[in-house]
Parts: sequence; structure tokens; C-alpha cells
Amino acid sequence: MSDSGNAIELNGLTKSFPGVRAVDGLTFAVRRGEIFGLVGPDGAGKTTTMRMLAGVLAPDQGSATVAGFDLTRDAEPAKHHISYMPQRFGLYEELTVDENIRFYADLFGVPRREREERSAELLKAAGMAEFRSRLAGKLSGGMKQKLGLVCALIHTPEVILLDEPTNGVDPVSRRDFWRILYTLLDQGVTILTTTAYLDEAERCHRVALLHEGRMLFCDTPANLKASLPGAVLSIVCADPRPVRDLLAGIEGISSAMIVGDGLHLVVRDPQRMIPELRNRIAAAGLSCDAIEQVAPSIEDLFVEAVQGGHGQDRQDARDDHGGQGHTEDREHQGGGR
Amino acid sequence: MNGAAPAVVVRDLVKRFGDFVAVNNISLEARPGEIFGFLGPNGAGKSTTIRMLCGLLRPTSGQALVAGLDVAREPERVRQNIGYMSQKFSLYNDLKVIENLRFFAGMYSVPAAELKERIDWAIDMAGLAGREQLLTGTLAAGWKQRLALGCAVLHRPPIVFLDEPTSGVDPISRRLFWELIHRMADDGVTVFVTTHYMDEAEYCNRLVLIDRGRIVASGSPLELKEKSMAGDLLLVECDQVGKALEELQGAPGVTDAAIFGNALHLVVGSADQAIPQVQEFLAARGIAVTRIEKIRPTLEDVFVSLTSLNRNEGNRDEGDKRDKGDKTVGTVTGREKGQP
Repeated sequence: MSDSGNAIELNGLTKSFPGVRAVDGLTFAVRRGEIFGLVGPDGAGKTTTMRMLAGVLAPDQGSATVAGFDLTRDAEPAKHHISYMPQRFGLYEELTVDENIRFYADLFGVPRREREERSAELLKAAGMAEFRSRLAGKLSGGMKQKLGLVCALIHTPEVILLDEPTNGVDPVSRRDFWRILYTLLDQGVTILTTTAYLDEAERCHRVALLHEGRMLFCDTPANLKASLPGAVLSIVCADPRPVRDLLAGIEGISSAMIVGDGLHLVVRDPQRMIPELRNRIAAAGLSCDAIEQVAPSIEDLFVEAVQGGHGQDRQDARDDHGGQGHTEDREHQGGGR
Repeated sequence: MNGAAPAVVVRDLVKRFGDFVAVNNISLEARPGEIFGFLGPNGAGKSTTIRMLCGLLRPTSGQALVAGLDVAREPERVRQNIGYMSQKFSLYNDLKVIENLRFFAGMYSVPAAELKERIDWAIDMAGLAGREQLLTGTLAAGWKQRLALGCAVLHRPPIVFLDEPTSGVDPISRRLFWELIHRMADDGVTVFVTTHYMDEAEYCNRLVLIDRGRIVASGSPLELKEKSMAGDLLLVECDQVGKALEELQGAPGVTDAAIFGNALHLVVGSADQAIPQVQEFLAARGIAVTRIEKIRPTLEDVFVSLTSLNRNEGNRDEGDKRDKGDKTVGTVTGREKGQP
């Protein structure tokens, strides 16, 4: 199994804490040279999974191999092949950027020459070359995150584990971050990263969507989006609420959500639905500027999966929201076609 | 749109910290019932602006009226007219749900005669009926978030400030939350949202993008996507994506390139011209293009393109001294993070 071309393999990995099953029978594999995203909201089990893969937390059940090492038996030797960047990376705020890098290089036993080359390269990619003598405590949030990444990558591991590396980082710095990750792939590493930003999933080769410790899906972002049952329509209108009230409950519309410019609908048959929507809106004396099909997001898929798939969650979502009207009153089970 | 007086009026607002201009001549207006999104990179001046609007920080110059009150002259009264909900929700985890509500009602001086009605309203709005006696710390993130919103609006403020209100919350709770926000807006409440999440920005009626203390773009999400990018966006699928990215970064006609899994996003002047050029450029370097087409930019594309454009211009105009601006931005961000 270990020489299967997979850099990371999880098999039924499970971990409970008092009162919660944080990770529940997780099984997936990350191929060598891949950027793989573990995507889900807070509490989905992302960090617990990462900590198990980093060898700092023992699973209750199941097994995992990282870089060919079985973590239940060989966690210590595995650590030489892994770089793990936890959510709060331990930067020394009273040391400079350079001094932090040097500290981690020594910790990982990186020879001086290699350290110089590598840190110059990484700092340049991070857009931080001019800030080498700045105190880490004086860096902005995005730059601190990037420095954490530089420190974590100062040695050349086979597998990089990043736990929410872009949390709180603005989109511009996030792009720098991803650029660095992609350059590393050329050097033969494998990257597993977590994110609570569902849109960030788009940047990974493949993603696993996690919800309450379990995996909902695992595929490429393009395949995931293509798997949404139905399509997303955007209705541009200035006063969306009456339009929503009019349309919610119509057969073939599984959800209707108000956004800044109007409404987003998830519909079964967009081609048939667009003219029907126009007619209904006009017949009710309402107006809209445009109706068009838009690309579904990973979030659309997540919501469909959780609300459609698991009776329990659906019930909660509804309870949760007694007075809400019919938005979440999705699916017209009786109807069908 | 309607004749009502604007809920927030900002004119030529400036805030300096020493030599550093954190907010540089910002002007804007928000209508009652508008959901107003405030976007910008870390250290762009968002929090400084919000803190001034909340009456927590005195402007250096210019004027801001919130609910008709001047923030510099009547900061106390401004604070009575706003609700504020931070990313961390600032609830007491070791208090029960009902105790948190009573605490915030007391803090915001909700009149005794209205207390019961307001608390019942908040419980209903947050969907917390039957859970009043639970310890707040045991609630899931989505519930906490709605409780925090309830606490922030107990005193019926006409203006509510939300700081990354749904970060880390599961998508279903997030949608419910935005549904609540849109209802509040329908009732005439003005909502100011600051965020890094472009999908949060999509829920806003109007967005203002600020960078280095200045407004660089504003409009509805759709307007920003359609009108504010300098150029077109191309999706390119090809082999050797990493190499392609490197090559294309300096390529003629390509302003920006970013990698998305097995594809690239390129910002180019005009799609019609660029498509054959890029194909040829990559072919000459042994890279085969499997798909190339013009796509509609996402808000993130717009954000990145406008802020980096601004950055380059800044460098050009003001030389490398201004470039060191980043340094100061870092320091000020630290200062901004002080709890509002």
C-alpha cells in the first residue's frame, strides 16, 4: 500500500473527544505531487485530522500513512518527512523575520548554505524580501501568515500539512500564498491544506468536503460543481423579496436565496425554468433585470448535500429557523415530474 | 433611491497616525435599509474607518454623520444608535443564553418596559426558543452567531456593523444568517459589513473597495464584476500549469496570472486579441492548451486586480518611499486590532 503513488493515506481514521466524535471514519488518499484541500466549516474535524497526520495526536481507530510511514507505529521517523504548520504558528514576535527563519532552520537541521538559498527564494515568492530585518511582531496579519509558511518550509519535506494557512489573510496575500505552494509542487512535494473558505477549494487539485467529522465528497473542484443536481440561476432585481416570495415553493426550484443583486435559485431544469420564471414574475406585476445561469459554487453543493442528504441536519436547519418562511422549505417531494 | 435621509454620511474623512495616513479622504453615503460591504486588504484602513463611524476614534479631519449624529461631537449618542457584532461574537460563554441577552440589554439600556418583548424577539429571531437555559459555550457556531446578532440589536439600532460575521460558520447557518440580515434591512436597518470573504460580499447591495486608505471602486457586486476590471479575464487549461504560470507572468499583454488547480486565470487587455496570442506563446514553449475562454471575473479577481493596480500606480507615482508604506501599514494594523 505504501508505494502506491499516494503520499498520504487515511483508512477509517477516527477520533473522539468527550461528547463529540471529531473525526468519524475518514478514508481518502492524497497522491504524490498533489495539492489536496480538506474543506469544511469550523468543527468539521479538519484540525483534528491534521494533528493526527502530523503525528501529534493518536487516532482512536483506523490508520494513516504519511510519506510511507505508518503513523500508529512510526510516528517519530515520519516527522522528519513532514512539515506541519498549525493554525497558530509559533513565531517569535521580538525576533526579526530573518532570525525567525534561522531559528527554524536550526531546529530542522538545515545547513547554512541551503538555508540562505531557500529563505531568499521563499521570501521573494512571498513578496517579503525587503522585510528581512523587520520584527515579526510588527508584520501585518497576512505577512505573519506568510512568514509562518516560510519558516515551515525552510527544510525540504516530502509532505506539507497546512492548517488554515490563509485564515484572516486578505485575497491579495492569499494569492501570494498559493503561488508559493504551486512553486513547491515542482520540487516534488505533496501538500495537504485545510480551509474554511469554501471558495478556496477551487485552488486545489482535489478536495474533500468535511461536515461533522465525516466526508461528504472527494473529487476535483470541477467534478464537484458538475455533480450539483440541477443548476444555479441568478435573477438580478432591485427588490428581491417579493420575487422570492412569489417563486419559493414552485415545483423545480429547490432553494431561493436573497443576495446583494437579487436572488440565487437552485433549479432542476434551467432551460425550461428561465422562460417560466420570466412569465411568472411579469404576471405578478413584478420586475427583474436579467435571469441567467451562473456557475454553481462549492457552497451550493455543500448546502444541497447537507440539506438534501441527512434528515437530521435538515430538521435542525428548519427548527433552527421556525419563523423563516419558505426559503428552506425545499424540495417538493410529492411533486416529482 | 427613496427620499429618506441617508443613514451614514461620510465626507472627506481623514485619519492620521503620526505621518501615516490610514484613512485618506473617504466620502460615502449609505441609505436606510442598505447592506453596505466594506472590502480591502489587511491594513487598508477598513477598521480605522469603522472605528471612527462607531464613535470610538476621533477623525483627524472631515466629517462623519451616523444616524444624523456627528461622530466627533456626539460619540456617546452615536454608540447608542449602532449595534456592533465582531467576528468573535463577544458573548459570555459561561453565561446562559438568556443571561447573555439580559446582560446586553442592560449594557445597551433597553427600557424595562420593552425588555421582555425585545428578548423574546431576539430568541425567536435566532431560533433559540427552548434553549434559553443552555450555557452559551455549548452552542454550535451558527447558533452563537445568531445569538450575538440578537444581542447586538436588542436596542433597535438603525445601523449595525458586522465584522466578518460568518467566518468559519457552516454554509447552512451562514445562509440563515444572511436571510436574517436581509430581513433587518427590509425593516430599514442599515448594515455595514467588513469582510475578506468574497462570498460574504456577494450578499451586500453595495460594495466599497478600499486600499491604502482610499476608495478604489464601488458598486453592486454585479457592477463591480462587469465594469471595474481593467481588461478581460481568461480561463486557461493546459498541461504543465506551474511552468505556464511562470512563463506567462512576464508575457506581453498579460497583467496578472493566478493558478486554480489545473487551470490559470489571466488578466488581459482584450480577450479576442489575447486568446490567439496566449495560445501561440504557450505553444512556442511546448505547453499545450486544452481550453481557453473568456470568463466573468469573480469578486476576488476584481479585488486583486484593483488593489494591485493601485499598488503599482502608487509605486510609480510616489517612488519607493511610498512602497515602504507597507511597513507602516503593518504597524497600524497592529494598532487597529485593539478591541473596538
